[in-house]
Amino acid sequence: MLKINNLHVQLEEEDKQILKGVDLEVPAGEVHAIMGPNGSGKSTLSYVLSGKDGYEVTEGSATLEGQDLLSLEAEERAAAGLFLAFQYPVEIPGVGNMTFLRTAVNAQRKARGQDEMSASDFLKFVRAKAKDLKIDAEMLKRPVNVGFSGGEKKRNEILQMAMLEPKMCILDETDSGLDVDAMKLVSDGVNALRDGKRAFLVITHYQRLLDHIQPDAVHIMANGRIIKSGGPELALEVEHNGYADILAETA
Amino acid sequence: MPGVAKGTARASALSKKQDVLAERLAAMTLPEGGVWATERRKDALARLQAMGLPAPRDEYWRFTRPQLLNAPAPERAAVFHADEAPIFDEIDRLRIVFVDGVFAPEESDDLALEGVEIERLAEAATKDIHWAKELYGVLETRGQDPVERPHAALNTAFATDGLLIRVTGKVTKPVHVTYRHESETSDAYLHNLLKLEAGAELTLLENGPAAARFNKVLEVEVGDGARFHHVRAQGRDHERQAFTAMFARLGAESLFKSFTLTANGRMTRNECVIEMTGDDASAHVAGAALGHGDFHHDDTVFITHDAERCESRQVFKKVLRKGAVGTFQGKILVKRGAQKTDGYQKSQSLLLDDTANFLAKPELEIYADDVACSHGSTSGAIDEDMLFYLRARGVDKDTAMDLLVLAFVAEAMEEIEDEGLAQAMTERLDGWLQRRRGA
Ligand SMILES: Nc1ncnc2c1ncn2[C@@H]1O[C@H](COP(=O)(O)OP(=O)(O)O)[C@@H](O)[C@H]1O
Ligand SMILES: [Mg+2]
Repeated sequence: MLKINNLHVQLEEEDKQILKGVDLEVPAGEVHAIMGPNGSGKSTLSYVLSGKDGYEVTEGSATLEGQDLLSLEAEERAAAGLFLAFQYPVEIPGVGNMTFLRTAVNAQRKARGQDEMSASDFLKFVRAKAKDLKIDAEMLKRPVNVGFSGGEKKRNEILQMAMLEPKMCILDETDSGLDVDAMKLVSDGVNALRDGKRAFLVITHYQRLLDHIQPDAVHIMANGRIIKSGGPELALEVEHNGYADILAETA
Repeated sequence: MPGVAKGTARASALSKKQDVLAERLAAMTLPEGGVWATERRKDALARLQAMGLPAPRDEYWRFTRPQLLNAPAPERAAVFHADEAPIFDEIDRLRIVFVDGVFAPEESDDLALEGVEIERLAEAATKDIHWAKELYGVLETRGQDPVERPHAALNTAFATDGLLIRVTGKVTKPVHVTYRHESETSDAYLHNLLKLEAGAELTLLENGPAAARFNKVLEVEVGDGARFHHVRAQGRDHERQAFTAMFARLGAESLFKSFTLTANGRMTRNECVIEMTGDDASAHVAGAALGHGDFHHDDTVFITHDAERCESRQVFKKVLRKGAVGTFQGKILVKRGAQKTDGYQKSQSLLLDDTANFLAKPELEIYADDVACSHGSTSGAIDEDMLFYLRARGVDKDTAMDLLVLAFVAEAMEEIEDEGLAQAMTERLDGWLQRRRGA
């Protein structure tokens, strides 16, 4: 599904290399986790894959189902089936959450050659999905993420994911700042989307989330590279010993 | 002696302003009118002659060059043929049309509406409209202190027509005045007078570019407990020039709400002067201005709190691109004794590229000790993080930009109470944005 090959990325504004040769493959239907110390480049990877400005790819490639991601605009990547649940969801005062969701859903339908959803169909659709995530009508009415608690923002990300039905989902620290109940809602939301074809890349610091969302593989990222990959047991090792041992053994 | 030198400089500056006025007045004569109107006009002319027309050096004209508004004749302004459906068309309203400042009876409804008396200024000569003579030019005169507004006095003296509206009850539908522009050289002066008696309610809708150059004054007396709603869309003609001024006096527990949408226009100066004289009154003035290219838009607001527990809000948003200029001067004056005043002022611009420009001068002058006043003025570009967030959800760049512009303007739009009217304004704005896609 997602293939990243020797990806090198630096900042456009300053001469600072952040990703220094990332290799990663997430096959269809699998869940892969990325763990790693703060500042190792995890969010940068997610931004570069989803098309944020300000980064320059100096080497390497990234493809989604064989399609070159890096030559596409952000919205084209979304239409191709890529979704990023942001570590810090952006507040947009003045744009109603509902308007936002409808615009996004219809934009993607249009890009895929489907008809726009009627207002009433959309309403039914959003209500059903929102209910699963315990997102009430009030939250749908408010401006996008404005005044949302940390947990509400993350649930709103998962709602968008559920509605857009992407092929490849990247979740950047979606578990950070969630209490136990919210964690359960979010993981249930993710698990509900696991259909054997859809793939997930879950960036997290904690085993906690991986208890709910069983990963097929775990990768450790440090200093702009994947330094170690393994099975679910790798996450447990990090949980118990931190990154020090892994960093030492790969240095 | 420096004092004398200063005095002489001031005298010569004034005489220059008076020269500019003399040029303007050379070919003008006071319109015919009844005794009361003639008296008012003569009074306005005398006041005007004492002031002269504004000079570029005047503090109040620091951001806006007055030449286009001062000149003896307007600059030629092409008539813009809009492809949009007429605004407010779906609303049940009383429609009154002026073309280049001239009343168009065949396009207007009968000037009859329950709860309202409507007369025309042009007919003041033949009618004794007693309430009008107590108001015409009166609020405008009050508004000349502490800042001179010569173009408003010019209007009181020379307005050829306008509506004199007295509201005695709750009116069933809005009064809608359309100002059509058909002549490339028209110079129109209209003066509207509105008196809302205690407890009365009226919605006034206005739209249209009016003329090549338009000078319009609206004086509004809002009686105790009365409610006035005003929604205006200044037309899309690119080359038009306009000076408009609103003077309002608010009684106790009254409400004044005015919203203006301005799209295009080479020169627009909208002044608004509000005096809150009764306790617990509320005044909201808001505007959204959209400029692309040769566009200069000036909002100049002066709100005086002279009673207790009054609330005032100013919310102005300007979207500017390709060299467009927006300016804002807003003042809240809280007089001694106007305790528990709640004054809010916000002026913001969204600069869509780095050739656009926004100049703002927010001012508070407060002589009461128990008040809450705030003001804020900002200027910024489209937020890149918001833009990326929308695009990452599949929304294309143009649509995402438009959504963010609408979001930026939303706070001003929210000042329109009626949902249908707010919708009509949003559609205009949206149309303006869509036409500029990729430009
Ligand atoms: N726009 C930026 N400007 C400056 N430094 C940046 C920028 N984006 C990322 N970085 C730097 O790149 C490194 C990786 O950051 P990030 O991808 O956020 O790491 P992680 O998500 O793994 O914590 C950090 O040192 C961070 O400070
Ligand atoms: Mg991060």
